[in-house]
This record gives sequence, C-alpha cells and structure tokens, in this order.
Amino acid sequence: MEYGVTLRVAARALARNKMRSALTMLGIVIGVCAVIAMVSVGQGAERQVQQQIESFGTNVVYISAGSPSRGVGGMRFGSWAVKTLTNDDMEAILKEVPLIWDAAPGVMESAQVVFGNQNWFTRVMGTTPNYLSMRNWAVAAGAIFTEDDINAAANVCVLGKTVADLLFGEQNPIGQTIRIKSLPFRVAGVLTPKGQSAMGDDQDDRIFAPYSTVQKKLKGQDWLQFISASAISREASVAAVPQIESLLRERHRIRLGEDNDFQVRTQSEVADLAQATGRIMTLLLGSIASISLLVGGIGIMNIMLVSVTERTREIGIRMAVGATEDDIQRQFLVEAVTLSLFGGAIGIALGLVFSVLISNFLQWPTLVSPAAVGMAATFSVAVGIFFGYYPARKAARLDPIEALRYE
Amino acid sequence: MVGELNNAVIRLEDIHKVYDLGEVKVPALQGINLEIGPREFVAIMGASGSGKSTLMNLIGCLDRPTSGRYLLEGTDVSQLDSRARAQIRNRKIGFVFQQFNLLARTTALENVELPTIYAGLSPQERHSGAHAALKLVGLEAREDHFPSQLSGGQQQRVAVARALINRPSILLADEPTGNLDSHTSVEIMDLLTQLNHEQGLLVILVTHEADIAAYAQRLVLVRDGLILRDVHVRDRQEAYEVVKDLHALPTESVN
Repeated sequence: MEYGVTLRVAARALARNKMRSALTMLGIVIGVCAVIAMVSVGQGAERQVQQQIESFGTNVVYISAGSPSRGVGGMRFGSWAVKTLTNDDMEAILKEVPLIWDAAPGVMESAQVVFGNQNWFTRVMGTTPNYLSMRNWAVAAGAIFTEDDINAAANVCVLGKTVADLLFGEQNPIGQTIRIKSLPFRVAGVLTPKGQSAMGDDQDDRIFAPYSTVQKKLKGQDWLQFISASAISREASVAAVPQIESLLRERHRIRLGEDNDFQVRTQSEVADLAQATGRIMTLLLGSIASISLLVGGIGIMNIMLVSVTERTREIGIRMAVGATEDDIQRQFLVEAVTLSLFGGAIGIALGLVFSVLISNFLQWPTLVSPAAVGMAATFSVAVGIFFGYYPARKAARLDPIEALRYE
Repeated sequence: MVGELNNAVIRLEDIHKVYDLGEVKVPALQGINLEIGPREFVAIMGASGSGKSTLMNLIGCLDRPTSGRYLLEGTDVSQLDSRARAQIRNRKIGFVFQQFNLLARTTALENVELPTIYAGLSPQERHSGAHAALKLVGLEAREDHFPSQLSGGQQQRVAVARALINRPSILLADEPTGNLDSHTSVEIMDLLTQLNHEQGLLVILVTHEADIAAYAQRLVLVRDGLILRDVHVRDRQEAYEVVKDLHALPTESVN
C-alpha cells in the first residue's frame, strides 16, 4: 500500500471525527507551544547574560580587597573592608605581570547628588580614564577627566546617562556644577548608555570621578576597593590569576598557610558560571514544558486505542480484502503521527507567537533558535510514533475472523 | 475421492481444525476432504456449530488448519503466514458477507476500490476497475452514494463488486442473503448465478437456507466437522429434492 493512499486514508479517518482529532491535537499543541515558549525564554535570558558579559569584556581580571575566607580579628567583613589594596599594587601588577596590559583602580562611594532642585542617590566610582577605555565606554558629550585632574584630585566628574537624565533632564550638563555629598563637582562629560549589567543593575546609574578625589575628599582613605585589569586575551586572563596572586601575597606579606586578603576573579569565570546557570534554567523550563508534551502523547495513545476498538470491524474488512498486518499497523501509526505532526506544527507557530508576546508585553528577552524548533518538531513526531505504536500494533494483531464478527 | 480432478481450484486433504481454548480442545473440523473445480457453484450447508463457518474461514485463508493440506490452484497454502494469506485473500478470493461489511461514510466506488489499494494498483487502474465492477452489478449510477444511502440489496451488490474487482479465482459468499428480504435475495442469487454462468466464476455459498442452496449445482452438507453428503445436481428441481432429503436427515450425529 503506497504512502499517498495511507496518508489519504489517515486524513479521512481523522476528518471523520473532527472534534476528537482537534482535542487530541490540542494536547500536543499545548505541549510543543510550552516547550518552544519556555525554551525561548531560557535561551533569551542566556543570550542576554552572555551579551552583557561580553560587553564588559571577557579579558577582564577583577582584583578586590578582602576575601570571603579571611576575617579580620576573627570577624568577617565585606570584601571591601580590608585596607591593604593600593594604587601601588596596581602599578606593580602592570609592571610585573606582562599578561596584563592595562588596569584601573576602583573606589566606590554612595552619595546624594544635587543639581538645582533635583537630587538623586547614586554611586560614585573613583577611577582613571583607563577604566572607561578598557570597557570601550565613550562619552556621548564633553570629555573624560584627565591625568592632571587625578594628580590634582580635582573636583570633576563624568555622569552616567541615567544620572544625567535625572538631574538635568533636557538641559546640557556639560560645564555645570553638581554637588556630591555637598562638595561641588564640575561635570566634564556624559557617557553613552550601557544598559543593565549581567547582575541586573543599571550601569548608567553611576558617576565617575578621579580615584584620588574620591579617596581623599569623599571617603578619606588611601586604599582601593578593587582593581579592574585587562589581560591580553581571554586565556591570558585565566593564566594571569596565579601570577597576580603570588605578587600580591608577596607585597602584602602574607605568610605561607595564611589566606589571601584579596580576591582575583576573571570575567571568563563569571561568563562560564552565567552560561551554566542559563543552561540549567533553559533545561529546567524545557523539561517542565516537556511534561505537557508527554501528557499530550498519552492523550494520543488514549484516543488511538478508542479508535482501534471502534473500528475493529473496519480493520476486519480491510484484512479480509487483503490488508496485511503491516498495512493496518502503518495506517494507524500514520494517523497518530499525523495528529502529533499537525499538533506540533500548530504548537510551533503558537510557541513563536507566544515568545514574541512574552518579549513584547513582559519585556523578557526571548530567543527562538532553529535548533529548538527542530527539536520540538522531531519530538512531536517521536511522541506520535512512540504513543501510536502500541494502538497500531494492537490493531494489526487483531484476528480478522474475530474482527469481522465484532459488533 | 481426493485426486479425481486434475484441475481442482481447491483441494482439501484431511483437514482438521481444533480450537485450543486453554483447558479444553474443541475439534471443529475432523478430517475434511474436498475438491472443487473451476466454474463450479457449490453450496456448503450445515447447522450452526456444524463447522461450516470454520471450513469457510479456512477456504478463505482467514485461518489455518491444525493439520491437513489445502491446495489452492495447486499451491499449498495451509501453513502460510499472515502476510502471505493476506495476499492470497487479496488476489484469489472475493468475500461477500451476510452483514455486507462495507465501510461506512465511504462511497460505493471507494468501497469497491478497497482491495485494489492493497493490490498496489495505480489510482487510474483502481478507478476504472471499480467503475467496471459496479457496472457489472448494475450500480454504475450509485457510485457516489454512501452505504447508508443504499438499500440492502444495493449494498450487497456493492459488496459483490468489491469481491470481484481483483478478478479472484473464488467468490466466497457467507449467508449472502441472510439480511435481505426474499425478493432481494432472489436478485442477489440471480446475480451470483449469472456471474457463475457468464464469467465462469467459481462460487462457494455458505448457507443454511434450502431455497438459497438450491441455486447451486453441488450441495455439500457438513455436520460435526465432517462432510456428510456431497451431491452434484442437474437443476433447481433436483436440488430442491436433495436439499429436502438432506433436511430430513436426523439432526443428531449419524456416527
């Protein structure tokens, strides 16, 4: 029996019970739709995190003061409570670790900033222009503070896009004076927007100032909270970690067996972690959605079993006029696969619609990969074959004499 | 005795059929020997439980004998597997049932086409074959009707057309008039007789009705799984008398 005929026979049998076929298909539609939509959410999140990490630069080595494993006087402080990390450490790293080609210091202060009658609570980061250049972060207007400003601990700053918008609105901030912790700062420039970070905070809600200014005038300290360094490559960033560690241990006079009073991390570690987390999330969402696909498959099996029983006589007639067991089995299998294939196709279409809706209305990033669509299609056919096999086998094994006698 | 005909279409040699119901074994056929030649019109008669249905299922290759040989056109088909038997049914045997057994919600033409699908014919061949077969039974005007739109007699004609479409060697009719009124029964029997006469089709009729059996030229009476009588008759009149005699036989087993 040729496939064209088998298909036509299957289509006719399904069309005969339109409502039932539609409801059976619905199970697969929902299953495939859920898989597509959920996996697209997971993969969207994965890609977003990946992009953010890449925008930060994958060569970044991040050295922060303090270590979660080291307490001071028995107490454990936050990673920035240790006072040993200095600008000299940074100079030493640049000089002695050739894998590192650039570095910038970091001191953070949270502060109320005021311009006119507008005010905003934000974070001020003290650093050098290298920090911004390492991150490919340019000014949208004005300029970045200079080496002279750093040496002079001048009261100049560069505003992140969010801060500039909140304080100045439509006005031009360049050359204006804002107050940070009541100290006047001249606005030298406004940065281009950078968006959310991988951790979800607004990277544009920030003010940059010379680190010397932040150290002396805002915080009254001479140590750093972190050093942001850039290695010559992603691989070099990983290789640089032990070199930086031994250098800093020596400089900080940490004895053998004692814990570090700093922490060195690379962006590629963070990227790997984020990627792994994203994978797990996608997998989790996908497997939860697959359960509904499985339930849809059981629905197909259920209906096919009913159908075989109802059509026992038809099977008997077909066998009497010459249908072989294979013919009968193929006919019922094709019916099941047709159901699941059509259900899968509708489910894929609906899943695409849903993922667009999710990204438009819930503002979640979604990514529908061809691989996910291909997998869903393969899966729905596999479900049809798997759950259609038993009923089809049952139909094929009927005894023609019994089947003809069936009322 | 077996072996008299050299051109036998059907030759059954010591056919036994035992139904194994687990605890008990029920013998349905206990040594059937039968030869049927081409162009014959045979009526197999017997009460219910006599084994005539089992015999028909075996001749129709719907079932296999427990022992014995069944030669169909010289080929031993008694131990073929289900696929091979399906092919024999498709090409060599046409079935007509008491219940008509047409596919519901399927047109007369498509019902007639059904065996050709499994014979692997092209759509054109299927179509023209079904046309011709329906014309032969006088239903060319009803091609697009569903079984529910046809009378009992017309449905049985469609079934006959379906049985003929693959040009089988044997037409097996199992109580073909059991669901029809007497007038329509005559029509169907006339059709079968005509096919036997004009097309030279071998017709095997299974029935328990005397006036239906009387259409045949040969009467085979089955009882308790054995052939009790096997009589050739010259005409309807003689057939009636033989059938009357057969019915007069004691209903209990003679042996």
